[in-house]
Amino acid sequence: MNSKELIKELCETTAVTGHEANIVPLLKSAFEDYVDDFQIDKLGNFAAVKKGSSNKEDPPKILLAAHMDEIGLMVKKIDENGFIKFSTVGGIDPRTLPGQKVKVHGKESITGIIGAMPPHLLSAEDMDSKAYKLDELYVDTGYSEEELKQIISIGDVISMDRELLSLHNDYVSGKALDDRAGVLMMIEAAKELQRLNHEIDVYFVATVQEEIGIKGAITSTYDIFPDLGIAIDVCHGLMPGVNSSEASKMNEGPTIALGPQVHQDIFALLKDEASKRSIPYQIETNNSPFGTDAAGMQIARSGVATALISIPLRYMHTSVELISLNDVKYGAQLLASSIAAIDDEFLEGLRCY
Amino acid sequence: MLLEKLINATGISSREKEIRDLIREEIKDNVDEIYTDKMGNLIACKGKEKDGQKVMLAAHMDEVGLMITEITSDGLLKFQSVGGIDKRVLVSKPVLVGEDKMAGVIGAKAIHLQKKSERDKPIDFDNLYIDIGVNSKKEAEKYVELGDVAVFSSEYEELGNGRVIGKAFDDRVGCSIIAELTEYDFDMPVYYVFTVQEEVGLRGAGVAAFDIAPDIALVLEGTTAADVPENKEHRYSTSVGKGPALTLMDRTVIADKNILTGLIEVAEDNGIDYQFRRTDVGGNDAGAISLSREGVPSAVISLPCRYIHSPLSLIDLDDYSKMSRLVKLYLERLARKGI
Repeated sequence: MNSKELIKELCETTAVTGHEANIVPLLKSAFEDYVDDFQIDKLGNFAAVKKGSSNKEDPPKILLAAHMDEIGLMVKKIDENGFIKFSTVGGIDPRTLPGQKVKVHGKESITGIIGAMPPHLLSAEDMDSKAYKLDELYVDTGYSEEELKQIISIGDVISMDRELLSLHNDYVSGKALDDRAGVLMMIEAAKELQRLNHEIDVYFVATVQEEIGIKGAITSTYDIFPDLGIAIDVCHGLMPGVNSSEASKMNEGPTIALGPQVHQDIFALLKDEASKRSIPYQIETNNSPFGTDAAGMQIARSGVATALISIPLRYMHTSVELISLNDVKYGAQLLASSIAAIDDEFLEGLRCY
Repeated sequence: MLLEKLINATGISSREKEIRDLIREEIKDNVDEIYTDKMGNLIACKGKEKDGQKVMLAAHMDEVGLMITEITSDGLLKFQSVGGIDKRVLVSKPVLVGEDKMAGVIGAKAIHLQKKSERDKPIDFDNLYIDIGVNSKKEAEKYVELGDVAVFSSEYEELGNGRVIGKAFDDRVGCSIIAELTEYDFDMPVYYVFTVQEEVGLRGAGVAAFDIAPDIALVLEGTTAADVPENKEHRYSTSVGKGPALTLMDRTVIADKNILTGLIEVAEDNGIDYQFRRTDVGGNDAGAISLSREGVPSAVISLPCRYIHSPLSLIDLDDYSKMSRLVKLYLERLARKGI
């Protein structure tokens, strides 16, 4: 499967925050040729483990983390006419929802569309100035209340129904690229590592529940307790109306973050490897440690040296998120060659301030 | 199924070719004559030489869409709407651009980057654009020209309970029913007319009606259903699943009383559910046809559609077959005893 086919499968598989188990079989089949072992922890984090060449009894470990959960909706109420009111799981702009096709995951998965009051019943002024609010929206499935209640219940999750679209220049657009693009980067890095020698054991972790507060990164890092960790996520891609200080260019390489969550030695390693191998990259500046799995990894147990690589992505948390697969490919090369460059000396240096 | 083909095909106002070709191919063997006029209306007729009143059945082929009006330096496509589109349904939707149906998406600034004041307001056309995945204006120009059009990218799909979703039910339902009616013979001259440019101001229908000079016109439409939560029952305009809707009056026409009475009698005699369209908002080809030459008695029969003029609207297939049956039985009555 090439990366375009794989990202399509990854994005079109449903794994709303808290309900990620559905995507694990796909991850197993994507990783199985490149790794030695799989493990799944109590919260549902999935780890693919590739042993390094170190012959130590307790070999060093690096943890790579990309979250497998996606934002979604949850059934709150089924009204007497069969319309479903919902709440959000993760940060969703209600303005992006009207006219959206969704799947409601009950005893079976059924299709619906998100509706709202028709515009001809609103004043021209309201139409122009008032955005749809979450409590004005609902899912319309065509079923009556009685029929619906046979299939779905309050608390069932609702996912966006969107096929991944292939645009020009290896750009793709769809739902859940945040952070299946990161998962793809890990899979491609595992593949790259086949032809490199690395001493360190590599744990490729697809984390759960990032979108509601990096829950999975906290427990998986505690469990594996690596010597160092790199989170792989998406960052805002430049687009009109967005300040260039808070977004990165599209298709000009992954970003290497510098901020309170980043250990400077790993930052330097990533940057040096990128320069040495002529891999395009950009620097992303963060004034806060939060926002990605790196924040949770950094303070696990007695602390983990952490870094963050991101893929520029436009229209974050919509159903038409857009990335360049080139940025993923370069990120995977950067990860693989950086992992291969890690030796004892580097690991010892992580404590030396 | 013809309806499904018509829904998945695209044709915004003045670019109705794909729809016209599809319908022509579908009905050409059923009719005596089939031709197009200077505007692109597709006109078919049967029984031209027969006695009886000359009937014009009309439905519009065009759908609402977008036209590319500017390419930004980043290679993003700015657009304006062709026909009435609520800008609030555009965000976060895929579209098909140009004749080659190139994939594009209409994005929005991430919620993380919005100020609180921005979240309460709809995103204006000024801040919406289509992203086709190019890096510069120069690169975009390889694929797109100003004036190219874009349509919603969504497919016909069946939901539960005989409900189906898709784009452009307004007015491919009318086109589909009229096309299916060409299979029958009525004992009078019947013109089956598929009009252009309804969505930009009822432009095609008047021209076609002038040419045909019918004695009576029936317009088949898709109309708004507002039977949704947080709306009051008296403001429903129409309801999905309660049969075809008859227009009393709208912004463009007052339905002919005799036709309306005939339609109601046929519905009642045959146990066909029907409803009245309970709003005077909106208008359709009947407005133009009824004013053609010295005037044409006209009526409108509509299929209720929820979320009309959006990427996905919803109809009930039962309503569709009831509407089709009502029109057919009314035509038989018309042939039998006139208006």
